[in-house]
Amino acid sequence: MTQSVVVQVGQCGNQIGCCFWDLALREHAAVNKKGIYDEAISSFFRNVDTRVVGDGGSISKGKICSLKARAVLIDMEEGVVNEILQGPLRDVFDSKQLITDISGSGNNWAVGHKVFGSLYQEKILEKLRKSAEHCDCLQCFFIIHSMGGGTGSGLGTFLLKVLEDEFPEVYRFVTSIYPSGEDDVITSPYNSILAMKELNEHADCVLPIDNQSLFDIISKIDVMVNSGKLGAAIKPKSLVTSSTGVFKKRQEKPFDAMNNIVANLLLNLTSSARFEGSLNMDLNEISMNLVPFPQLHYLVSSLTPLYTLADVNIPPRRLDQMFSDAFSKDHQLIRADPRHSLYLACALMVRGNVQISDLRRNIERLKPSLQFVSWNQEGWKTSLCSVPPVGHSHSLLALANNTCVKPTFVELKERFIRLYKKKAHLHHYLQIEGMEESCFSEAVSSLSALIQEYNQLDATKSMPVEDLPRLNVAV
Amino acid sequence: MVLRLPIAHFFEGVCFGLFLSMSIVTVQLGQCGNQIGFEVFDALFNDSHCPRGLCSKKENEAYQASCKERFFSEEENGVPLARAVLVDMEPKVINQTLSKAARSGRWKYGQHSCFCQKQGSGNNWAYGHEESIMNLIRKEVEKCDSLSGFFIIMSMAGGTGSGLGAFVTQNLQDQYSSALKMNQIIWPYGTGEVIVQNYNSILTLSHLYRSSDALLVHENDAVHKICAKLMNIKQISFCDINQVLAHQLGSVFQPTYSGEGSFHYRRNPLGDLMENLVPHPEFKMLGVRNIPQMSENSLAYSTFTWAGLLKHLRQMLISNAKMEEGIDWQVRPPLSGLPPLGKMSVNREIHFNTSIANLVILRGKDAHSADVGAFKDPALYTSWLEPVHAFNVWKTQRAFRKYERSAALVSNSQSLVKPLDRIVGKAWNMFASRAYLHQYTKFGIEEEDFLDSFTLLEQVIASYCNL
Repeated sequence: MTQSVVVQVGQCGNQIGCCFWDLALREHAAVNKKGIYDEAISSFFRNVDTRVVGDGGSISKGKICSLKARAVLIDMEEGVVNEILQGPLRDVFDSKQLITDISGSGNNWAVGHKVFGSLYQEKILEKLRKSAEHCDCLQCFFIIHSMGGGTGSGLGTFLLKVLEDEFPEVYRFVTSIYPSGEDDVITSPYNSILAMKELNEHADCVLPIDNQSLFDIISKIDVMVNSGKLGAAIKPKSLVTSSTGVFKKRQEKPFDAMNNIVANLLLNLTSSARFEGSLNMDLNEISMNLVPFPQLHYLVSSLTPLYTLADVNIPPRRLDQMFSDAFSKDHQLIRADPRHSLYLACALMVRGNVQISDLRRNIERLKPSLQFVSWNQEGWKTSLCSVPPVGHSHSLLALANNTCVKPTFVELKERFIRLYKKKAHLHHYLQIEGMEESCFSEAVSSLSALIQEYNQLDATKSMPVEDLPRLNVAV
Repeated sequence: MVLRLPIAHFFEGVCFGLFLSMSIVTVQLGQCGNQIGFEVFDALFNDSHCPRGLCSKKENEAYQASCKERFFSEEENGVPLARAVLVDMEPKVINQTLSKAARSGRWKYGQHSCFCQKQGSGNNWAYGHEESIMNLIRKEVEKCDSLSGFFIIMSMAGGTGSGLGAFVTQNLQDQYSSALKMNQIIWPYGTGEVIVQNYNSILTLSHLYRSSDALLVHENDAVHKICAKLMNIKQISFCDINQVLAHQLGSVFQPTYSGEGSFHYRRNPLGDLMENLVPHPEFKMLGVRNIPQMSENSLAYSTFTWAGLLKHLRQMLISNAKMEEGIDWQVRPPLSGLPPLGKMSVNREIHFNTSIANLVILRGKDAHSADVGAFKDPALYTSWLEPVHAFNVWKTQRAFRKYERSAALVSNSQSLVKPLDRIVGKAWNMFASRAYLHQYTKFGIEEEDFLDSFTLLEQVIASYCNL
């Protein structure tokens, strides 16, 4: 079995990362009753004998001693990482896995990418190499960051190039939080576009997510919970929304609940690789099946049931409803409507007591209302993992390579142009060594080219599907 | 490779009217191959240990011994060890398979018969080439007194089973040129399990066509329908599908008499199958049909006659039905004496399924009295083989599992042409758009390799169509 390393960059990246590690521990605790360090746990955790000083304390088998996350935490401010290190998860992280600075990137991609990139390149390499050495067979880097800020966006994407050069065989999965329309960071369009170019060129797979969609999902859960019809019995074992294990009012910390959704996404994405099932799906199969052309590697994700994240007992919806929900625009983690756009490929990753016939029945049922590109009319990739998420009988993660990402990119480009036309705040960027106007123009061209690819695909949507003439052979 | 005749057993066999069977080494590849492999060995073992089998005790013992020699070797403590090599690119499924077998307490896999890497092949056909697998196979071969050949179980859609399956078969061809190879290939559901399944399928089939001796095909769609319509299973799992598959394979591979009414069981299962069914290397695709097939509950209330079973089986063959429900009785063979109705077109709906060769295997009560004359009708066959060469029947008194009478039909016919054509068509459409090709070229499979595969398969399709 393989291992993955999570690299969490910037404030957003680290907050989400922290949620992820909390949930991962809970999940493995629920599944692994005997406390044996098995291959499933080893995918994300090392087993360390803390009595041994220094680095030689890794234990590969036997009982769990002390679990250490396979993670590298990077932030150019100290606040978030310090909070993590003082919180209940402090023992999960190795103090040698951190890279922090004090001053922050000032919401400036150039500072994150160019200044801190060059400043910390060696240190970053060293930490990454160390984490790779601890792995028997490293398969994947999961990078978590936001696009709109400075550190996550700039340094996070700087990392990608380093990873590509240093570990070319290891997959780079990037979870990117895109800024919403009403983002409070004025320069977020600059940061996002500059980061997009790096994602285009150096990421294997990107899972774009936006805060607004997460917020809408949380609001929906709130409505369901507070409608009073269902009662508010707290589930004893479900994944709670705050790391202290106490049910907090959502109004106080909305980001916690939102971060949990993303954390659940990563858990479900890797469940079929970690746990057994009748139709396994390893991480490299995601890229293989969902990325038909190297540039088109943006996957829209949806998670059902949503109330996986609530602490309340909502009666389980019918299995088929779960599948229907996955294709509704209300369940996507980015504002997108896959149903009315063109599918290039779709993956359905099911967990729990679901069998192949359930899966097939639902694909047959939903297929007629979805449009697939002509050369991939049966573009479905499926997996069945026997182990359900904690506290629930089943769940579904859908990953769609669909032209419905295009509007997000188009809007991003428009916001960028509005700012760039006026040269607003540009000097903050240009004064950084290594930054020129050409960086911006190249970034925009890169995005425009990507949008154009999606446009071309969309143009084929209404065309009739014809079979191409086949090879003629003499018999 | 060692091929010794078991001289001691020979005399023992003569005394008890029993010739020990030659052995088959099974190679289980990937998740599919391993999951199915377990069910196959389990079905074979359970059937051979059915208490009476509706025959004499001596016959039953001979059957058991023959089955054992074919598929199991023995450990010191007497627990039968499956003659199998388990291969996968990552450990989860192999571990599960090993423990499932061990848990049963009846038989198990050899602990060291597994090859496993750490990382899955990612559905990439080009991935994963290892020498150690051949070493494991060699160890298993050395345990056989006499080797009939290899049975390789694999899927076509994934990466490990398909790509590695082709690689292993090629190696077997090189290293064991006198042993036979039959590949059990699972064709994926038409509506995707894996998006690149059509690419993987054409690459696999074209390579196997060059190195394998026979391709025994099972389509997930067909087996799924059997589960739904005949077995009445509500929530069908892969386990259900694999058990139906195992049942079909068991009905083909369990021992059969070599002569009328004697205790001689056939010694060379693969050799006999190939001899009967693959007269020409251009035509290697075999399918299995089984009748009756039903849930064990229904079985208790059903009785069948050989006449009824054979009538349905014949119509299943000529109308290309995969199960005994929903058969199209309108389809008739062309009238003998008249010229053939014209070349098969993959587009025509109602079509008569022409065969190259057929083998009917009858197991159970009064099997010797069953009349298979209808299968000898020359109209069923292509013109370049006499029915006496194209058709064979094996009859065995010993019943299979709980079926008082059961019949299996292994045929080399046009029935796989349409599914094959569909796969090639979809792969071609995708290839024309160049989608996913970068994933293959990354690992050394170039466009020319794809084109070679397309060419070979179009040829196969055309050949079958022209029967």
